[in-house]
Amino acid sequence: MSYVKGLKCRECGKEYPKEPLHVCEYCFGPLEVNYDYEKIKRAVSRDIISKRQPNMWRYRELLPIDGEPAVGFDVGYTPLIRAKNLAKALGVKELYLKNDAVNYPTLSFKDRVVAVAISKALEFDFKVVACASTGNLANSVAANAAACGMESYVFIPYDLEQTKILGTLVYGTNLVAIKGNYDEVNRLCSEIAGKYGWAFVNINIRPYYAEGSKAFGYEIAEQMGWKLPKHIVVPMAGGSLITKIWKAFKEFHKLGLIDNLGTKVYGAQATGCAPITTAVKEGAELIKPVKPNTIAKSLAIGNPADGFYAARVMRESGGWGEDVSDEEIIESIRLLAETEGIFTETAGGVTLGVTRKLIEQGRIPRDESIVVSITGNGLKTQEALAGRLTVSMTIDAKLSDFDELLKKQNKVYDAKD
Amino acid sequence: MKKRFYLTYPKELIKEPLIYQVGKLYNVITNIRQATVSDNIGLVAIELDGESGDIEKALNYFAEKGVKVEPIELDVVE
Repeated sequence: MSYVKGLKCRECGKEYPKEPLHVCEYCFGPLEVNYDYEKIKRAVSRDIISKRQPNMWRYRELLPIDGEPAVGFDVGYTPLIRAKNLAKALGVKELYLKNDAVNYPTLSFKDRVVAVAISKALEFDFKVVACASTGNLANSVAANAAACGMESYVFIPYDLEQTKILGTLVYGTNLVAIKGNYDEVNRLCSEIAGKYGWAFVNINIRPYYAEGSKAFGYEIAEQMGWKLPKHIVVPMAGGSLITKIWKAFKEFHKLGLIDNLGTKVYGAQATGCAPITTAVKEGAELIKPVKPNTIAKSLAIGNPADGFYAARVMRESGGWGEDVSDEEIIESIRLLAETEGIFTETAGGVTLGVTRKLIEQGRIPRDESIVVSITGNGLKTQEALAGRLTVSMTIDAKLSDFDELLKKQNKVYDAKD
Repeated sequence: MKKRFYLTYPKELIKEPLIYQVGKLYNVITNIRQATVSDNIGLVAIELDGESGDIEKALNYFAEKGVKVEPIELDVVE
C-alpha cells in the first residue's frame, strides 16, 4: 500500500508524480516526497509500531517505498545509550548517544538512506545503482547492491586512500576512479547521472534516498519513551540528515505519536569545512561555498545541497550551529572511546566536540536532556588517529620486567598468593 | 542541448553582466530560473541551451572570471 502522494518542490511547491525526478522543472528547486498524512494517521499508532521487528522498517508508512523493502532488512533501530560516564565528564545531567556506528551492514547511517534508495530503485525497475562518494556512501551502495544482486557503479576521486577503496571494492562493485579536482569529479558524476538511465542514489533518487534518514529521528523518539530530547546535536555534510531528523520529529508530532515538539536542533561541522555553521553564526540567508580542509572527510562538502534548509532548521527550532578544530575532533573521539567504549569516526568527533563547546558556551543547559548523533564507525577512519596513540609500555617476555613496569608506574596490585 | 547549473558569484563579481556576455560571446541561450543576491554573494540557477562545445566555452568563461560553476544538484560526491 502506498502512502506517498507524489513529489513536491521545496521552493515553489509545484507537485510531480511519483517518479525518479529530483529537480523542479520550473524553479530548479529540489523535490521532496509528499505523503498522505491522513492515511498514515489511520495506519499507525505507538502500539502498532512497538510490536514490529526492531529495524527501521517499523516506520514503513513514513518511508517512501510502496512494497516490501528489497534490501537492508535489518537496518536501523541502533542503540540509544544513556551515557552516564560521558555525562559526568561533561558535567551534564542527562546525555544520550544514538549510535549508528553499529548500523547494519556497513556501520554508518548511510545504510538507512541506501536501503530506501535501492528498494525504491527496484520499484522503478532500474537495473543499475550508482553513487559518487569518498567513504560511507560508497561502502553502503556497494554492499547493499551486492546483497540484492543489483549491478552497481561507485565513482571516487582517483587519489582516495587505499583503505577506503578496499572497503568498497570488496563487495565486487564497478569502482571508477576519476582524475581531476573535486569540482571536475563532481560535475562529471552529475553528467553521468543525467546521461545513463541508472539509479544514482544521491542524484535522481535523492528525494526518496534522503527520506531514509528520518528513521534516525523516529527511533530516538520511540527509544526515549515516545518523547523528544530537549536538545539534539547532528553532524552536517550536505545538510540532509539534520533536516530529516527535524522532519521526523515534526511528523511524529503531527501524527500524535509524541505530545510535544520542543527540541532544539544544533548542527555540527569541522572548522575546516563549515559553510553551514558560518551562515548560522553570521545570520546569513545564503550558504557561501568553501574549500574543505579537515580530517573529517565524511563531512567535507564545501557547497552543501541542503545547507540552506539545514540552517533554517537550526533557526526554526531555536538551536545553533558550531564548529570545532581537527584537534578538538581527535580529543572528542578519544573522550567518547575512553568514557563509553564507543569508537566513532571523525564525524562523531565533530558532533561530540561541538556538543562540548555548546555546553561550555551555555547554549545547551547542563540539566536538560541531550542526544548526540553518532553516525559512523571509527574503524573506518583510523588514519585520523595515526601518530596520536602509541604503545608506551613495551617489555621483554619476563615476569620480572612486568613487575618492574608496575613499580615504575606506582601501581600496586595484590598477588594471588 | 540544455544543461542546468548553479553559479556562485563572489562579492566582487556581483555587478558584472557575465550572463549577458556568455550569451553574446558563445551563442548560448541563458535562462535564469532562480536567483538570490546578498551583500557578499550571488547565486543563480540557470539553464544554458546551445551546442555542447559552446556550453563548455561559456562554463570556462564563468570559471575564468571567478564564478563557481556547479551542477544544479551542487555537491554530489558524499
